[in-house]
Amino acid sequence: MTDALLKIDGVTKRFGGILASDNINLSIPAGELHAIIGPNGAGKTTLITQLTGEITPTSGTVAFAGEDITALPTYMRSLKGLARSFQITSLFMDFTAIDNVALAVQAHAGNSFQFWKKARDERELREPARAALERVGLSHKADTIVSNMSHGEHRQLEIAMALATKPRMLLLDEPMAGMGPEESARLVKTLLELKRQYTILLVEHDMDAVFALADRISVLVYGRVIATGLPDEIRANADVRQAYLGEQEAVTTQVTHHG
Amino acid sequence: MKNLTVRNVLVAALVIFLGLVPVIAQMTGNTFLMTLFTRIVILAIAAVSLNLIMGFGGMVSFGHAAYLGIGGYAVGILAYEGIGSGFIQWPVALLACAVFALITGALSLRTRGVYFIMITLAFAQMIYYVGVSLDRYGADDGLTIYKRSDFAGLINLSDRTTFYYVCFVCLMATCYLVYRLVNSRFGMVIQGARSNLRRMRAIGFPTYRYQLTCFVIAGMLCGLSGILLANQTDFVSPAVMHWTRSGDLIVMAVLGGMGSVLGPVIGAVALLVLEEWLPHLISIVGEFVTGHPVGAAKEYWALILGPMLLLVVLFARGGIDGVLEKIRRD
Repeated sequence: MTDALLKIDGVTKRFGGILASDNINLSIPAGELHAIIGPNGAGKTTLITQLTGEITPTSGTVAFAGEDITALPTYMRSLKGLARSFQITSLFMDFTAIDNVALAVQAHAGNSFQFWKKARDERELREPARAALERVGLSHKADTIVSNMSHGEHRQLEIAMALATKPRMLLLDEPMAGMGPEESARLVKTLLELKRQYTILLVEHDMDAVFALADRISVLVYGRVIATGLPDEIRANADVRQAYLGEQEAVTTQVTHHG
Repeated sequence: MKNLTVRNVLVAALVIFLGLVPVIAQMTGNTFLMTLFTRIVILAIAAVSLNLIMGFGGMVSFGHAAYLGIGGYAVGILAYEGIGSGFIQWPVALLACAVFALITGALSLRTRGVYFIMITLAFAQMIYYVGVSLDRYGADDGLTIYKRSDFAGLINLSDRTTFYYVCFVCLMATCYLVYRLVNSRFGMVIQGARSNLRRMRAIGFPTYRYQLTCFVIAGMLCGLSGILLANQTDFVSPAVMHWTRSGDLIVMAVLGGMGSVLGPVIGAVALLVLEEWLPHLISIVGEFVTGHPVGAAKEYWALILGPMLLLVVLFARGGIDGVLEKIRRD
């Protein structure tokens, strides 16, 4: 699989005696929406943070667009086109929505050693920012201070910021976390649209969303990938049902219902 | 006129007042007013420079007074060694501050929060003891500067009014520079790093180099304040670098308001004027109440100033400037 946009090869992460990532191999071709599911504590966020470079794997490599990025610092990965949204909302709370997104645009518009011109007057930054807000349906909130926005809007803004960095691939860490059913449904619609343009790695608990969106699914349990496959295969996989879906009867029936 | 707010009118009035201090001093014959306000204007420069890293950049430095000393000692030592020209003294002083900021910043900025505060304090203490150990230049007792920086007859710093206006122009220029900085792309990065460092890295900013640049700029601006201070007092000693001085600068910024460029100017005026007038106030009120002179009681002015600061920190988190800003909204 040389045409994989993101290739995770034997990634292992040890925290003392705990194996948070156990020899993970994943290969995500361009254009795919790949979902990662797994029970709490399975190591999903640990995996994401190794992809973004906030923690370094104990062993194994991560390659993006054919280039080994295992040792690159976080900001370099972003510059190469790997964008992430955070599971726990991580925004500039004292800035307006558009300032948040404009800052993401600015990060990818050359270096910022520009000391004189007012950044808020630069169309080069403001217009792409406006477009990204539009994309996630937040343009009416552009001038609202982020701390005054709702949780659902924060989640949308997270995605707008990721989009504003002109990414080739999105790493979305539980974008639906804490959302109501209506907000989730709206976000699924947005993601269906984004899916046509970006390669996406989606970590999500909301099974409805995962099965509605994913091209392929990997199941992570205790830091190990126990199965990777098409949604139907995952649903039918006995190991998966036992290790993960089986734990929650309600989810199982819901999932079966979908098939 | 959306700019015509209570806050803006008061701030404009303050700036105009500062611009007119020599005139007022002349009219009233109050030379002490000149001495006091020259000092206020000079320390306001230091407070504004501290606020660039602390208020806008979230880098709480507890060692900012080090630059007052480095700027001052550069002038003092060069003067002592026979180099009196301001064209040499000032650039050397600023360069020395830049080098010190670059080295200490490069190390300090690898830490966060309390550790950053402590390490900046440690570096400032280090340079303080360097000052104490400079036997050739007066050590503990400090160094008298017999002649102010000489600008080849273009500007005569020994003239009180001229000197005041040099300081005033330096303050205004510093404020304008900081204003442009914080609103530029560079400033957005600095403020973003204060707000959410992790996010900044995730969206693709190598934050360290921007923060370090900001730290150096602030150090140089404070160095300017040190240069002026040494020229005003004709003297420099390790005392200007004492950690309590760094604390004073923090108090000015917090009291005046860290959210705006001019907040620390308000804070510097408020703190230093209170420091000066509270003792008088105490003796007047004390004599009125008790019927006889209270003498030493005026030494306890800090007992009044302390609670005032507490109230500001507890109830007016934007400082004086923040309170004025709120008046508009009501």
